[in-house]
Amino acid sequence: MSETPIEVPIETFPIHKEKDSSRKAGLLQPHRIVLALIGSALVGSTVYFMRWDWLHNYGDLIMQGLWRTIWILIATVVLGFLLAVPLGLAQASGPAILAVPARVFCTIIRGTPLLIQLWLLYYGLGSLFPQYPWIRGSELWPYLRQAWPYAVLALTLSYAGYEGEVMRGAFASVPKGQLEAARAFGMRRFTIFRRIWLPQAIHRALPTLAGEAVLQLKSTPLVATITVVDLYSVASRVRQDTFLTYEPLLLLAAGYLVITGIIVFLFRRVERLIPSKLG
Amino acid sequence: MADTSIIPAALSGIFELLSPNPPGWGGNLLRGLAHSLQIALGSFGMGLVIGTLGAYGKLYGGPVVRDLAAIYTTLVRAIPELVLILLLYYAGTDLINRVLEGMGYQRVDISGLVAGIVVLGFVQGAYATEVLRGAIKSIPQGEVEAARAYGMSPSLMMRRITLPAMLPHALPGLANLWLISTKDTSLLAVVGFAELTLETRQAAGATKAYFLFYVAAGALYLFITLFSNAIIGRVEIWARRGMPSVKEAR
Repeated sequence: MSETPIEVPIETFPIHKEKDSSRKAGLLQPHRIVLALIGSALVGSTVYFMRWDWLHNYGDLIMQGLWRTIWILIATVVLGFLLAVPLGLAQASGPAILAVPARVFCTIIRGTPLLIQLWLLYYGLGSLFPQYPWIRGSELWPYLRQAWPYAVLALTLSYAGYEGEVMRGAFASVPKGQLEAARAFGMRRFTIFRRIWLPQAIHRALPTLAGEAVLQLKSTPLVATITVVDLYSVASRVRQDTFLTYEPLLLLAAGYLVITGIIVFLFRRVERLIPSKLG
Repeated sequence: MADTSIIPAALSGIFELLSPNPPGWGGNLLRGLAHSLQIALGSFGMGLVIGTLGAYGKLYGGPVVRDLAAIYTTLVRAIPELVLILLLYYAGTDLINRVLEGMGYQRVDISGLVAGIVVLGFVQGAYATEVLRGAIKSIPQGEVEAARAYGMSPSLMMRRITLPAMLPHALPGLANLWLISTKDTSLLAVVGFAELTLETRQAAGATKAYFLFYVAAGALYLFITLFSNAIIGRVEIWARRGMPSVKEAR
């Protein structure tokens, strides 16, 4: 394995507070007002000239899809993060027997498209399972026949792969002196990890975590390709039923914009909770 | 029985299925790979052009250009690629044809290749804008001021000073974008363009050897990534010549 990281995670939306105050100069500059007017005119004309009468027929379905998108997002981000911590730790300071498999896992996940991973799990594994009678007889079988466990598994593994790399960097960047001081105080290794190492690593990784959460949201529509009914798949169903091209897609885009806004807002709140005075 | 049936075909059948000659599906996979690489190269190049313009617009443009660039990057980075691809792919071709018809021209058939490159290039452009903007900002500003003091025209300054000086700062981000663009080509499978992922799906569906073909396609993608990494490493060494290595700089 080469030393160059395959993919340095990008900070999608900076969640740090705006540093230079000169840009705060105000939303109400003349050109901004004109732009806002043009923007609202565009939105207004889409509302007025396009057909939205299908909305009330599909209201329930849209809410179901929205809910499924959100819970898949939350479940995979939480599970993926829980998996990413040991992955990062193994790569940052684990023995080779743990570090090498962790690095291979991250490389494979980040080197292949999510769509291939998703289809490999759903169609590939899904086509293998029925051959084994003991799997068909097991208690898990009713779940294994549905699509969502594969969606959650694929998205979790993907998030863990990307995040494991981030956490590796974050663990490695915590100053050694902090850990030595903790050891000098006689803390046990697990206490050091819980009290010193993990919190500081998370704080360092937080801006990237926010970006990765947005990227994860943007990956969720892929689960529609394996028949999970999420927001995206509801929109494609509306398109098939009503033969409308633009309206459902525009609504979909607006929906994802709002969710992205909420994610960035929440991470900003979390960031603000942490007193930032790192040396 | 259960031990050998991990892959439905027998072990010798694997090579038959993957062989590049017609009974096998290897040729289809390789053709899909070639299409994927074409789209990735095209969209990455287009992303670089848009990104350079966008970065200049964000840094040196007037207030309106700046706000428009900000709206572009924010929207593109917040909306899933799949939705953008659908919007631009269907709506874009539809719009072009309507405009052409309105102006009295014939409808044109936009090939999947061109549409894919344009759509993914548009998405890449937003990310490239941010990468290049950050890279330009990390050039020592004295160099730019000196160039301006010597009376260099903006285009000469861009060619001689700004672009070469920002390259080492931009390379990690651009390498990232290249890898993302190779993987994003798989999204075009959803709109029915025959790149590697869709070819794989067809091969898997026809032979029922789902596991085998998806693993094979994954291996091809992984090979592209690892191969690119090796080259990117060399380019990075070349671009950073004369500068302290990344480790020392930290």
